[in-house]
Order: sequence, then C-alpha cells, then structure tokens
Amino acid sequence: MSFQVSKHDGVTLVEVEGQLIVGNRQELKQQVLEQLEGGDRKFVIDFAETGYIDSSGLGVLVSLSKKIREQGGELRLSSLNEDLRTLFELTKLDTLFRISDDKAQALEGF
Amino acid sequence: MDSDLVLELPTDIRSIEGAVDYVMSRCQACTEHARRLNLNFRVGLTEALANAMLYGNGRDPSKHVLVEVVVRGGMLRATIRDQGVGFDPTRVPDPTLPENITRPCGRGLFLMRSLLDEVSFNDLGNEVTLVLRLDSGGAFEGGAQA
Repeated sequence: MSFQVSKHDGVTLVEVEGQLIVGNRQELKQQVLEQLEGGDRKFVIDFAETGYIDSSGLGVLVSLSKKIREQGGELRLSSLNEDLRTLFELTKLDTLFRISDDKAQALEGF
Repeated sequence: MDSDLVLELPTDIRSIEGAVDYVMSRCQACTEHARRLNLNFRVGLTEALANAMLYGNGRDPSKHVLVEVVVRGGMLRATIRDQGVGFDPTRVPDPTLPENITRPCGRGLFLMRSLLDEVSFNDLGNEVTLVLRLDSGGAFEGGAQA
C-alpha cells in the first residue's frame, strides 16, 4: 500500500493505492494522525485505487473518524468500488461515514 | 480428504497478503469464479489468518499457522489452524449493533460468516474451516449476501 496526501482548500485528501489490511493499516493511521496533530480537521480518504480493505483496515477508519471528531473535524470517504461498498454495507459502516462517489464530490462543499 | 494445497505460515501479519495471493493464484476454481471469489474467499481467508496470528498465536513469532485448501465436488474448503488455546466463537459480539458500531475491532468473524457458505470451528476454537460452494451460487453469488 502507498498513499498520497494533498491539500485542497482546507481539506486534506489522502489517496490510498493498494490494499488496506492488517499488515499496513498503521501506516495510514500514523499519516492521518500526524496531519490531525498539525491542525488539519477536514479529511477525505479516497479509495479509487484500492482493491481491498480488511476488517483491520475498516477498524482503522473507525478509529480515525472518532479521533478526528473529538477534535471537531470530520472524515469522509470516496470512490468505494462495488466490493468495498459491499463490505461497508455488511458491517453497517456506511451509516457511520459520509461516502461520496468520487474525490471531487467529496471535496465539494466540505 | 487430501489437501490440494498446504501452507505453514510464520506468525507475521506482513505475510498474510502474499499468502492469500498465493492461494488464489493456485486455485483454478478461483480463476473461473474470479470476481466473486476475489471478494468472498479472499476476505474470509484474510480474516481467518489475521485472527489466527493476532489472537490465536498472540503475535508470537515462534508459532505458526497451518492452512489447508481443498477443492472438491463444487466446493472450496479452507482450514486454518493456529497454535493458540482457542476461543469461544459464540461469545463474539455482533459488530453491527449500535453499541458496537464504533468499536475499532471485532468485524473479522462477522465478515467470514457473512461472506462464506459455512464457517465452523473445532471444539477447542483454534481451527476454523471456511466453505464456499462453487456450483450453486450460494453466499458468493453476485459478490456477497447480506
């Protein structure tokens, strides 16, 4: 897994490439927490290039969302493919996150 | 029943991705049912390996996880055994309940049960068997069954 971080009018966009799974989830968590500690409050994590997220990866997203909310911010997600959307629906995490079709939509109006 | 594929993995979560990719690449049925199995079987096997290493073997690098895969009679069966003391799978809470939805863990077993046709444990609870039917649609038809 690799990811790219960019800023868009006050929104931090993290684009994840590869699989977000138990073996690498801490890398994403650390990256986002560093941005949060640096003062960022609005986050979009984009999964356009992500094939798979396991339960540990889902757990990291839940954990990050909670920490960001505690700081008065928000984490939104975008570009879930059909399989990823199925995982979010099965676990009902689609009720916990605001999920956009693509990163442009997620950034728009944040 | 003879196994088509047997793997003995070290307790190292970084080995999971490669191990799952290897099993998928060796399974002809996975090729024929690629789209459906890439979600259901991949998720089930990944979650089972993670549970075995994290909770079963307690991240102990001296312990191993044994994986046996069999494809017979329109059925894909994977057995994953760790060297831990086992657990009671009936005591794992439902992660979709409102009081559990914000918990960062506890979704692995739920995903296995949701995406595979059968999930069973030995009496000790340190061995899980995952079954995916390849010829009848079953849980993997169309990618998943809610």
